[in-house]
Amino acid sequence: MSVASHFSYWITILLMVAGLYIVIARGNLVKKLIGLSIFQTSVYLLYIAPGKLIGGTAPIISPAFKIYSNPLPHVLILTAIVVGVATLALGLALVVRIREAYGSIEEDEILAADRAGGDSE
Amino acid sequence: MTFAHLPALEVVVPLIAAPLTVLIRRSAPAWAIAAAACSFSFVAALLLAAEVAAHGPISYHLGSWAPPWGIEYRVDALSAFVLVLVSGMATVTVPYAWRSIAAELPRDQVYLFYTMFCLCLAGLLGMTITGDAFNLFVFMEIGSLSSYVLIALGRDRRAQYASYQYLVLGTIGATFYVIGIGILYLATGTLNIADLAQRLQHVENLRPVLAGLAFITVGVSLKLALYPLHLWLPNAYTYAPSAVTAFLAATATKVSVYVLLRFYFSVFGLHLVSVTLPMPEILLVLSIVAIVSASLVALYQTDLKRLFAYSSVAQIGYITLGMSLTSRAGLTASVVHLFNHGITKGALFLLLGGVALRAGRTGLDRVHGLGRAMPLTSLGIVIAGLSLIGVPGTAGFVSKWYLVLAAIEAGRWWLAAFVVATSLIAVAYVWRFVEAAYLSEPDERTPEPGEAPLAMLLPAWLLVAACVYFGFDTSYTVEAARRAALLLLGAAQ
Repeated sequence: MSVASHFSYWITILLMVAGLYIVIARGNLVKKLIGLSIFQTSVYLLYIAPGKLIGGTAPIISPAFKIYSNPLPHVLILTAIVVGVATLALGLALVVRIREAYGSIEEDEILAADRAGGDSE
Repeated sequence: MTFAHLPALEVVVPLIAAPLTVLIRRSAPAWAIAAAACSFSFVAALLLAAEVAAHGPISYHLGSWAPPWGIEYRVDALSAFVLVLVSGMATVTVPYAWRSIAAELPRDQVYLFYTMFCLCLAGLLGMTITGDAFNLFVFMEIGSLSSYVLIALGRDRRAQYASYQYLVLGTIGATFYVIGIGILYLATGTLNIADLAQRLQHVENLRPVLAGLAFITVGVSLKLALYPLHLWLPNAYTYAPSAVTAFLAATATKVSVYVLLRFYFSVFGLHLVSVTLPMPEILLVLSIVAIVSASLVALYQTDLKRLFAYSSVAQIGYITLGMSLTSRAGLTASVVHLFNHGITKGALFLLLGGVALRAGRTGLDRVHGLGRAMPLTSLGIVIAGLSLIGVPGTAGFVSKWYLVLAAIEAGRWWLAAFVVATSLIAVAYVWRFVEAAYLSEPDERTPEPGEAPLAMLLPAWLLVAACVYFGFDTSYTVEAARRAALLLLGAAQ
């Protein structure tokens, strides 16, 4: 149970926290999406790393092999990657539209513009 | 094509309808396809509900792969009830969208609305029907991604920013959910919800399971807008097109409540949720804060859509309040309110869409004397508002009644008094509309006398009528909710 034997978990947690921190701390809409992407990526690692067994092979039954890696997490994450790409694409498309509408992609400037325009409601 | 494949068709038909509408690229046929797909889902949901009521849960094996290896679709008393609500709301919203969306979107984009609408419906139905935890995540993202697009279709530029905020928070929520599922998968080696519940009984090291429970709770709570995680909701509901607000308010958060119920009671079980961790107490506190604070904030809104959006946060508080009692009566109240609040809010937002069309906006200053300018719309809003308060003779009364009963049964008299007292705040915010619409003179900002188009008024009034009908005839809703509560508690023990 040393730190080194849980290496992949440490990396996962680091990426997870770093990604979430960027989403919260940054006011730039594109940077927020980058953070969100890092956060999602950490989950890929969370799933995939435990699926690999050292010395394990692809799960095709053969008398020559005894240890197999679990292929299911990889397949699940393939789906999650597609979801992540779609989210990022949609998010960036929204940022383009926001920039066209507000002339800015900084959160505080957008909120200020809304407050200023909000009185005409 | 037989009834045996109905569980798959329930989701697949709207899913296939979505790309069809893109290929056709014209708004009228796209509308027809969407309407056909939604009505098919609704009929299928009703058939499934009848089948479940008569013969017990249905387990459908996708591609004939037996669970836990294959993906299982599972229809039981609870999921059938939610399916009926979601597909029913979609079937009411699509005819409404015909005029409403045509007025709010550029002509060449109208067909894309129906694409996204069908995808969103498929996602929500899939979340409800699936018996596989990871499949649920995929459907959650299908439903969420399409709802971000639907919200961004709003005419106001703030709709895009609201959609962006919802995208960030929604993605964090879904990712938290998938982290939780990942941890549970590592602990048990299965993704099938029923199998997961069984294997969790034998897990020796509980700590990862509790971490999974925590991640899933936070993730799903973001999606259902439980109190401190509700920040995306008011803006999203305010700036989205009227038809979208009505559909999402009536279904999206409700399906997330369903997911939370499913995980708390069917997967983790009552012991883990309430004895090992104090989840009911946490939910109770959050619900109370949600009800009080969101109702008070609603009181000070100047825009009707935003006012009722905050009221949604409060009403979700009542649903989770029922959940936190973890008793049969509490869960019955929770599930009944899920349905009743769905139709009530659906009716309100559909009617407000009519106001937005005629008055340009839904600000309270636009509805002075609306009782004379748009008598039917105003009357509908008042009736749905009464249902929101919980006045006897409306659907809202039934759910509040069961909630009060559940609180008394649990020996918490103060909670029963609390439910009644907070309904008074609802009286106050609904009164603000009544005051503006009936007790103020029309001014230059009030729309000219004349109702919203019939295509918008009819679906809205259908839901208003449902609010009243389910206030008198509770045999369907309460019976279904009671069976759902029994099922949840049966699985939990």
